[in-house]
Amino acid sequence: MFEYAPAPESRDIVHIRPSYGLFIDGEFTDAKETIKTIDPATEEVLAEVGSAGPEEVDLAVRAARTAFETVWGPMPGRERAKYLYRIARIIQERSRELAVLESLDNGKPIRESRDVDLPLVAAHFFYYAGWADKLAHAGYGTKPLGVAGQVIPWNFPLLMLAWKIAPALATGNTVVLKPAETTPLTALVFADICRQADLPPGVVNIITGAGETGRLLVSHDGIDKVAFTGSTEVGRQIARSVAGTSKRLTLELGGKAANVVFDDAPLDQAVEGIVNGIFFNQGQVCCAGSRLLVQEPVAEEVLARLRTRMATLRVGDPLDKNTDIGAINSAVQLQRIRDLSEVGEQEGAERWAPPCELPEKGFWFPPTVFTGVSQAHRIAREEIFGPVLSVLTFRTPEEAIEKANNTPYGLSAGVWSEKGSRILWAAQRLRAGVVWANTFNTFDPASPFGGYQESGFGREGGRHGLEAYLEH
Amino acid sequence: MVPTFTLPQLPGVDQVGAEERAARLATRSIKTTAKAQAIDLAITMVDLTTLEGADTPGKVRALCAKAAHPGGDAPRVAAVCVYPDLVATAVRALHGTGIGVASVATAFPSGRAPLEAKLIDTRLAVEDGATEIDMVIDRGAFLSGDLQKVYDEIVAIKSECRQAHLKVILETGELVTYDNVRKASWLAMLAGADFIKTSTGKVSPAATLPVTLVMLEAVRDFRAEQGRQVGVKAAGGIRTAKDAIRYLVLVNETAGPDWLTPQWFRLGASSLLNDLLMQRQKLSTGAYSGPDYVTLD
Repeated sequence: MFEYAPAPESRDIVHIRPSYGLFIDGEFTDAKETIKTIDPATEEVLAEVGSAGPEEVDLAVRAARTAFETVWGPMPGRERAKYLYRIARIIQERSRELAVLESLDNGKPIRESRDVDLPLVAAHFFYYAGWADKLAHAGYGTKPLGVAGQVIPWNFPLLMLAWKIAPALATGNTVVLKPAETTPLTALVFADICRQADLPPGVVNIITGAGETGRLLVSHDGIDKVAFTGSTEVGRQIARSVAGTSKRLTLELGGKAANVVFDDAPLDQAVEGIVNGIFFNQGQVCCAGSRLLVQEPVAEEVLARLRTRMATLRVGDPLDKNTDIGAINSAVQLQRIRDLSEVGEQEGAERWAPPCELPEKGFWFPPTVFTGVSQAHRIAREEIFGPVLSVLTFRTPEEAIEKANNTPYGLSAGVWSEKGSRILWAAQRLRAGVVWANTFNTFDPASPFGGYQESGFGREGGRHGLEAYLEH
Repeated sequence: MVPTFTLPQLPGVDQVGAEERAARLATRSIKTTAKAQAIDLAITMVDLTTLEGADTPGKVRALCAKAAHPGGDAPRVAAVCVYPDLVATAVRALHGTGIGVASVATAFPSGRAPLEAKLIDTRLAVEDGATEIDMVIDRGAFLSGDLQKVYDEIVAIKSECRQAHLKVILETGELVTYDNVRKASWLAMLAGADFIKTSTGKVSPAATLPVTLVMLEAVRDFRAEQGRQVGVKAAGGIRTAKDAIRYLVLVNETAGPDWLTPQWFRLGASSLLNDLLMQRQKLSTGAYSGPDYVTLD
């Protein structure tokens, strides 16, 4: 046997302070109340961060308003671009530090934070820096909205920050951003990067806290725009609170994506895509390919190959460079995954996971596949947001599309086939904001991302991502 | 009578996906004890090769000495690989060492000779004591669609090999597409290959990680379907210990640990051995001693 010795990435590069304040108007200010953030792989407390209350939210919004009116709004696009380029370069320079910190606070494997998250974060800032002085050519006007209140989730903490802040700043808006309660640390280092880049005070404000802080932010009268990524349930509450105001809203919510494998698919790569679709980031991905739809003639073969492949997945220490699957982000999330998996068994689906040792401390769930799943099962309809795949079969392409679309969500979908015409045919019929062909979970800042139905509305990324931040 | 063959319907290979998978596996970090284990394993898998027009008995004897005495307590390589006319020299030089003698037969590297010539080439090498024959397939026939001709030649050469193991070189750099690589792999295995081998080393690109990935998938699937295990040899362009370890990771996570022995996986190389030996010294002493401390043969 060829056993890989532990190859941990050093955490010496990260200096976590015992406590962090709120980043308001270019300064860190202590909050009245605090919350703790932990490493989900060890349950060790990493730091204490502020929990912004009404007064602090108000201060942050006011700082953003002042910065919008006096500095950032009037600044020519080409000048804003310089700041964004500078931020992008600093992110690249500090990418190892940020990757290690992201893995510590979130639980995701360093391989992903290093090779996926951080390169995409920098790319996003570079991409929108390029738009800042070319807004007239984008077709959505050139006038910014004002102050954006942005609330982001814990699954891709820094990447979601980039998706929110980069287009907002490029278009001349200022922001108050609230990172998720369980993953605030990289956003706080980003605040430091803003200072390092000499970004004018108040243009970016980072306020930490739990759900209540988010609620205070999105319902604050002083903001012009709400951007939220997170659960459909919270998205609904936000939509209600924004209704009847002049605030603009974009929501990027849950998903239950179908990954459709036709019998003429490149099977080895399809298996790789299935693994990447559902086990990437422990399946805690809104666009995860959580429903595998496989055509009956190849179903057995695909499942056999998938099981073989899953047995090679390495679960464990997120900072080990050879880890494929890290820790679940929180105890709450782990419980949800466990509950829904039990429902899957109770409803008669067959559960399988490769033998793998899980660490005793921390929040862990093995890569799991359910076979014999039908559309009626809850695990085929509800978002699990964990490393749990539900496998369904189909007989004809029409049936595949019907099943794929039979969901209240519509964020992403995957199609696997060697036949180009079939891919185009399927892509036209799948009701999903993103359709991947012979790949899955592939991202690029130039490509718009967003959902249908209960997966939300508005697009982030690409030229389309500018629209939500411009008056037109 | 030569049996006719039919190639089973094989799933396509998506180029982007295969290359992404190989690139991702190349990021595995093999350190400390795992690295030491991998380096020793890689040494035992080396087919130490010299295939030059300028080869002489003297050069081959020197290479054989290197194979038998790699230095220190390093393990021995699997085989020495030479042209057919130098097989006898290598056999004499390696007598009693347990190291195999592989020979490239069948009008290597182009394979552009009449079948009779290829058969004689093979027969003479085997008669001189070659324990392994590395043949090349007829890429012209393959690319023109005459798979039967390619198959028949492999079957014919295989029967000339008698006890010697047959490695079938696909020359993937000339087959170009991964679909072709998969097809040629299956064809060679159905025709009786004991090993399938990426390249001659005379065409660029020679061995690459994605090509080897596709071939490892082929031997894995072939055993699952037909019950016979076939080995894989990656040859050409593998120069550093780091490269070699990447191939071992690929084997480990694609075909599986069953293939991680010199019986089922080989690395065809010339300069690789010295880098493996240098890295081995570095691991045991903690310092690089430099190229003058490994022998040049």
